[in-house]
Amino acid sequence: MDINSILFYVFSAILLFSGLKVISAKNPVHSALYLVLAFITASCLWMMLGAEFLSLTLILVYVGAVMVLFLFVVMMLDVDLETLRRGFWKNLPLALVLGVVVAVEMLLVILKHPLTDVVVNAEPVTTLSNSNILGWILYTQYSYVVELASMVLLLGLVVAVALTLRKSDKAAKYQNISKQVAVDSRTRFKMVKMDAEVEEEHKGEQQ
Amino acid sequence: MIGMTHYLVLSAILFTLSVMGIFLNRKNIIVVLMSIELMLLAVNFNFVTFSTFLHNIAGQIFVFFTLTVAAAESAIGLAILIILFRNLRSINVQDMNKLKG
Repeated sequence: MDINSILFYVFSAILLFSGLKVISAKNPVHSALYLVLAFITASCLWMMLGAEFLSLTLILVYVGAVMVLFLFVVMMLDVDLETLRRGFWKNLPLALVLGVVVAVEMLLVILKHPLTDVVVNAEPVTTLSNSNILGWILYTQYSYVVELASMVLLLGLVVAVALTLRKSDKAAKYQNISKQVAVDSRTRFKMVKMDAEVEEEHKGEQQ
Repeated sequence: MIGMTHYLVLSAILFTLSVMGIFLNRKNIIVVLMSIELMLLAVNFNFVTFSTFLHNIAGQIFVFFTLTVAAAESAIGLAILIILFRNLRSINVQDMNKLKG
């Protein structure tokens, strides 16, 4: 057994254990922390697969941003832990049956099909590094999709702010459209009578 | 030697765990959202595995966009969760029947 196999089995065990704890932990804070562990372990496995850029992106985006958001929300909401757990054991048989069905279906597809034979090009096409080739393709072939993704992120930003902002909030600034449309020049401009301004060095010449 | 099948089986088990998580935590919408994140991770795992073993970078590009959409989705989901909690004082999925759907 080489070092890669040992690392794979260790990381898989940690990943599956933390996945199990995410769905079964009593406290949602513990679930969130186990989810962080799952993401970090998955990123280690992606690193083993050679997807270096994505594995670092997973840590930056998920552990750094999404999970912090999750933890923030979990800790901010004041919820009763007992009522949340009610129905856990009642739903367990159904969940187990469904889980077994899903697992058997997927394992049948994976194990029955000789997927290891469908390797198209066994040889790597390029000697460029993973990040290099990813950036190369992302900004040429997929440049429109990158812009679309940026619009999705902008949408997420705007929607999250718009949903959680309250009318009573002092910081909230709203447009009054009918008031804006109703303005005319008299309300916008104010004519003021005043003497002409004379600069300092020209004062002597005038006198 | 670790092959493609090992990684695929791992992601299949992870996906199954998260499907079970949605059924087990019917009362707690936060854990349901976390299960969805775990599910997306399992799917992304498949993409990366195929991308590596077939030497095709398109799979990793797709994971990139999946991560983007998942980040936006969880941000909006948590925003909806916060306004629901403000109005209902609960995060129980069964209380969220105001639309009478």
